[in-house]
Amino acid sequence: MTRLNARIPEGPVASKWSDYKSSCKLVNPSNKRKLDIIVVGTGLAGASAAASLGELGYKVKVFCYQDSPRRAHSIAAQGGINAAKNYPNDGDSAFRLFYDTIKGGDYRAREANVYRLAQVSNQIIDLCVAQGVPFAREYGGLLANRSFGGAQVSRTFYARGQTGQQLLLGAYSALSRQIALGNVTLFNRRDVLDTVLVDGKARGIITRNLVTGDIERHAAHAVVLASGGYGNVFFLSTNAMGSNVTPAWSAYKKGAMFANPCFTQIHPTCIPVHGDTQSKLTLMSESLRNDGRIWVPLKKKDVEKLRTQSIKPSDIPEEDRDYYLERRYPAFGNLVPRDVASRAAKERCDAGFGVGSTGVAVYLDFADAIKRKGHDTIDALYGNLFQMYEQIVAENPYETPMMIYPAVHYTMGGLWVDYELMTTIPGLFAIGECNFSDHGANRLGASALMQGLADGYFVLPYTIGNYLAAEIHTPRFDTGASEFTIAAQGVTDRLKKMKESAGKESVDSFHRRLGKIMWEYCGMARNDAGLTEALYQITELRHEYARGVRIPGGFDEYNPELEKACRVADFIELGELMVRDAQQRKESCGGHFREEYQTSEGEALRNDERFASVSAWEYKGREVAASLNREDLQFNEIKLSQRSYK
Amino acid sequence: MNFTLKIWRQKNVAAKGELIAYDVSGISPDSSFFEMLDTLNQKLIMTGGDPVAFDHDCREGICGTCSLYINGRPHGPVKGVTTCQLHMRSFVDGDTIHIEPWRAKAFPIIRDLVVDRSALDKIIQAGGYVSVNTGGVPDANTIPIPKEKSEAAMDAAACIGCGACVAACSNAAAMLFIGAKVSHLALLPQGRVEASKRVQKMVACVDTLGFGNCSNTYACEAECPKGISVVNIARMNREFIGAKLFSEKEKVVKVSF
Ligand SMILES: Cc1cc2nc3c(=O)[nH]c(=O)nc-3n(C[C@H](O)[C@H](O)[C@H](O)COP(=O)(O)OP(=O)(O)OC[C@H]3O[C@@H](n4cnc5c(N)ncnc54)[C@H](O)[C@@H]3O)c2cc1C
Ligand code: SF4
Ligand code: FES
Repeated sequence: MTRLNARIPEGPVASKWSDYKSSCKLVNPSNKRKLDIIVVGTGLAGASAAASLGELGYKVKVFCYQDSPRRAHSIAAQGGINAAKNYPNDGDSAFRLFYDTIKGGDYRAREANVYRLAQVSNQIIDLCVAQGVPFAREYGGLLANRSFGGAQVSRTFYARGQTGQQLLLGAYSALSRQIALGNVTLFNRRDVLDTVLVDGKARGIITRNLVTGDIERHAAHAVVLASGGYGNVFFLSTNAMGSNVTPAWSAYKKGAMFANPCFTQIHPTCIPVHGDTQSKLTLMSESLRNDGRIWVPLKKKDVEKLRTQSIKPSDIPEEDRDYYLERRYPAFGNLVPRDVASRAAKERCDAGFGVGSTGVAVYLDFADAIKRKGHDTIDALYGNLFQMYEQIVAENPYETPMMIYPAVHYTMGGLWVDYELMTTIPGLFAIGECNFSDHGANRLGASALMQGLADGYFVLPYTIGNYLAAEIHTPRFDTGASEFTIAAQGVTDRLKKMKESAGKESVDSFHRRLGKIMWEYCGMARNDAGLTEALYQITELRHEYARGVRIPGGFDEYNPELEKACRVADFIELGELMVRDAQQRKESCGGHFREEYQTSEGEALRNDERFASVSAWEYKGREVAASLNREDLQFNEIKLSQRSYK
Repeated sequence: MNFTLKIWRQKNVAAKGELIAYDVSGISPDSSFFEMLDTLNQKLIMTGGDPVAFDHDCREGICGTCSLYINGRPHGPVKGVTTCQLHMRSFVDGDTIHIEPWRAKAFPIIRDLVVDRSALDKIIQAGGYVSVNTGGVPDANTIPIPKEKSEAAMDAAACIGCGACVAACSNAAAMLFIGAKVSHLALLPQGRVEASKRVQKMVACVDTLGFGNCSNTYACEAECPKGISVVNIARMNREFIGAKLFSEKEKVVKVSF
């Protein structure tokens, strides 16, 4: 086992970043023009990085699988983005944002990175406003803030329920400007399938042109992955249908370590599964918990009656309802963090108190809030969400409580990166959700947008310069070099082999099966026996997939099934690693709940002595188990304590 | 529920396309339109057929990836929603449903129902931004913006870039799409600085991409899933005329010096 070194600068945490910026190496403008950078992804992280690097004068190539960079999944974020502006004068500061993020992550994130994130958060808001992002405003014309995810201060900036969309359109506009200026070249409808190393450094990628099927080679002096999260390993999640782990997984197989894969976030307020043909899950913004009360019936006989629709939820009298979050967590009530709220819902449903036709749902009830604040106020606050709910479920939340259930939403794990956001492969950087860096074992609401933009606009442009300063004498690469030929051939062979398997089962069918295993054994609650079972089942599934997947269509054409086939193959391998990671982390923390490690009250029980560390997995070959390395986490600013929301 | 689908099949841009009929059965009314198509595709794959290609990603009405002309209407029969947000309960059991791609010269067909909308990106590249670089911008609260203005900007900025307005238009004009972006930025002080240059560059660009001219039929507004108003086209026209006059005055001023 190697102890990883994150190369954190010396000095007090508050001045590390400014010291770093004033001492890191710079590349002069005439040299920047000679340096090529590949950016994979056009979400908040990728678009902001590509635009900023283009502005600095580097030659950038940016890739996405969608038809337009504006469609990256960041577009779907609803709630908001955090920053420590302290505009409401309620006592916020960089330190508080830092503190909340570390605590919210259950003390499994790196202090130096999170402090930097909190420090640059304010610059993000300034830049977005300058780009024309129409954040919500007060009548006086200044920016509005709201409290989000139970934070004690109001630090969340938002643009209706479409914050991700507006931030992404801001970054996309900056990117479009650089494309027009010729500093950035866009490659849309491209699937990034491999990372190319030359002499141990990242020097390029292999892509498949999704329209023509051509296997293409691209070279650069450095490669930046911003390919998003891997929540789709569960098949059903709030991610976009195309979200995938493939670029990160290809890097892992080339030597980049993968950190904390088992840290996944299950969001408590999503629309429940309706049936077997369900293709994805829809998030209902967390802000609903500010006014909605969560409950299930107290009595089993009422559960039965609800299921047979012989009574309506409103027929159940107050004393026969179990407002279980208010009961268990009187101090925070319905506003406990996501991991806690999700587990509590599962606990009630497992105990047989779930509602809806499937019994896997709980109520989110606005009746009290409507009585207290009036229909119009509730409409102004949540009207668009209520509409969205009604559109999907065909029930009116003004009249009958919403039904919700937790769903996979975000992945805290990802490629291991050091302070400079570089992976263990020199010249390969990872930013945004695809790295593991800032959220520990549980992400707080409104902090992923902040991290993606911090990485892309304000951190990477400095740290990549520090790396590239030593590359100014490296000439542009020839993609005819043997390393590229071998990688391209590898991709072609892999696709051929998959297609030849001529099996009987579709890619989606395998994906669903994988999702079921992951949800059952590596979801909201995990235990050793279950994880062992999962490992067995996934291994079986992997072999079956190799023999039995059916992929119609050809190579040299637009072929969505072939696209999915690679992604699912990688998800199956990732699933195996997640299970191993969950198995070795013999503690409960944040979203990782091991049933063997809980307090007498059923709360997560950390083991700081053994596990105040990052698990970083190293690929060792196809049939060999990955090896585990650790980065020890030092807590100098914050004292570790048990999270309590009682 | 059971349906007969008549779907446009076309192998690639050069090939000839045709409508082919398929039957699907046992569809839950709670299924989304795409889950219904998923079911058809799974059946096609299992029986050695060729699945239908269609564009989709977020499946929650925000990314703008999905398209489809359903029974002669972009994004189908329900007002204010995208195809991915349609549910089968909006159709009648036993219906025949016609499914075709966006039809516009500026959107060539890639395969079946998938079209190439990169022309919309080109329009934004022509000027749909505020020319600021990362860093060196003032504090976000330096310029107060009246709430009404910023709300109106947000109304326009809600465009998802799906192209339904182009598909709905008998001239295949992109005026609602450009109008939305021009308005969003022109309404904000940050975007005002370049407003006249922007509108001229974007309008000049659109003329080169194969979109048609606007003849004020307002089909675009009626079919826009995000309720983008034709007020934005009017605002763009005002901006455009103003910009023209202004640039001519500018020329005159230059000559007299
Ligand atoms: C429904 C929803 C709501 C959310 N709400 C909030 C919120 O309110 N606040 C908050 O802070 N966070 C929120 N999040 C989380 C946040 O949106 C994401 O974590 C963040 O946007 C990820 O940004 P990204 O740039 O890392 O990745 P993404 O936006 O996912 O972008 C990934 C990019 O990589 C490209 N890519 C991926 N794979 C490939 C490949 N194989 N080949 C080529 N290109 C590829 C894609 O094309 C895309 O451009 C939400 C997430 C979801 C799902
Ligand atoms: S204006 Fe409406 S129809 Fe046109 S691209 Fe935007 S959202 Fe789509
Ligand atoms: S798939 Fe994203 S808007 Fe329809």
